[in-house]
Amino acid sequence: MSSPNSAYPDTPEAQDKPKRQEWPLWEVFIRGQHGMSHRHVGSLHAADEEMAIKNARDVYTRRNEGVSIWVVEARHIAASSPSDKGPLYEPSESKVYRHPTFFDIPDEVGAM
Amino acid sequence: MYAQMVKSEATQEDPEMLAAFQARIDAGEKIEPKDWMPAGYRKTLIRQIGQHAHSEIVGQLPEGNWITRAPTLERKAILLAKVQDEAGHGLYLYCAAETLGVTRDEMTEMLLDGRMKYSSIFNYPTLTWADMGAVGWLVDGAAIMNQVPLQRTSFGPYSRAMIRVCKEESFHQRQGYAVMMKMAQGTPAQKAMAQNALNRLWFPSLMMFGPSDADSTHSVQSMAWKIKMNTNDELRQKFVDQTVPQAEYLGLTVPDETLNWNAEKGGYDFAEPDWDEFFEVITGNGPCNTERLAARNKAWDDGKWVRDGLLAHAQKRKMRKVAAE
Ligand SMILES: [Fe+2]
Ligand SMILES: [Fe+2]
Repeated sequence: MSSPNSAYPDTPEAQDKPKRQEWPLWEVFIRGQHGMSHRHVGSLHAADEEMAIKNARDVYTRRNEGVSIWVVEARHIAASSPSDKGPLYEPSESKVYRHPTFFDIPDEVGAM
Repeated sequence: MYAQMVKSEATQEDPEMLAAFQARIDAGEKIEPKDWMPAGYRKTLIRQIGQHAHSEIVGQLPEGNWITRAPTLERKAILLAKVQDEAGHGLYLYCAAETLGVTRDEMTEMLLDGRMKYSSIFNYPTLTWADMGAVGWLVDGAAIMNQVPLQRTSFGPYSRAMIRVCKEESFHQRQGYAVMMKMAQGTPAQKAMAQNALNRLWFPSLMMFGPSDADSTHSVQSMAWKIKMNTNDELRQKFVDQTVPQAEYLGLTVPDETLNWNAEKGGYDFAEPDWDEFFEVITGNGPCNTERLAARNKAWDDGKWVRDGLLAHAQKRKMRKVAAE
């Protein structure tokens, strides 16, 4: 079973293997030039956070993709589980009034 | 393409789960790492994405070979940037495979001891500067044929990696073609070098797509799962149709006397590569197999103290921080 609070699954392959001495996995978030939020762009391996940022610069910003980098070790990410999809997201499907198009406003009122 | 002859794994699972899974794929949904998936889907993807990643990494060797001997500083900078991109492609792909429950170091070890493969094309030598042109033009060109449709593959992380890769590939092919144009428009000796590079790399490039798989059950399964988007023959035909006019523009001759425009099918008829040679190369007996694997093994072994040292340093720093708090 995949653990409910990690971003990646513990697969059958991963379970009974001895723990290896590998550089941990980091998730990389980049903020572009146009004022948008940091966005997840991918992951990489690095021994520590300093190296993770340096590697992120080399791997993910070679063509002016960003002006700011966040890194976080993948094991620190808590994720919702796919089996919760129904309870989490279905309730919003019936609440169409949350969208502006639900309301008919006469043309003569003007832009709204 | 960079993943050749990937065997799909037979699957024995609950037929209802399998049907629901297939329905998601047919509906165009992306499968994400934590979603349920058949064991065969997972295994086939690890093999395919891993092989693709290894090809990006090993593929740096034949081009790295010419970085120090590029004819101008600008060409050197361009080639360096291109080869650096390929390292990035390898990294994107290893990360995509890692979401399936295998680690990058494990995949690397499987490459180094021969349990996993990389594309046959990188077992051919790059003998002259013109090969840098031909590789970018033909090899990256063939890779693009395969990678563009894979942007729509069913596995989310693989699809996202392919989208990043494709953004960068067109630079690779164009810089290669620009080298070819320079050579083809140069002195007779330079033009002859360009022709010679085309002669040597034409058939190995056609081999990149793998042998015909029209009757392969592996291929049918992979196509149903949308981890393979076209048959090998379809992609090879597309590649030939696109490349022949480009060779004509260069004033170079494709080394295939049977090459002929077939108006009826709207494509070229062309000669098959020597598949015996292909099988020799993928079983380890190509011109550079030993050299390539030796280079990767040496890099891995020589880098061990660096990997271990940096990890030890990071752990020591972490302990100190804990102690100070
Ligand atoms: Fe690449
Ligand atoms: Fe490339």
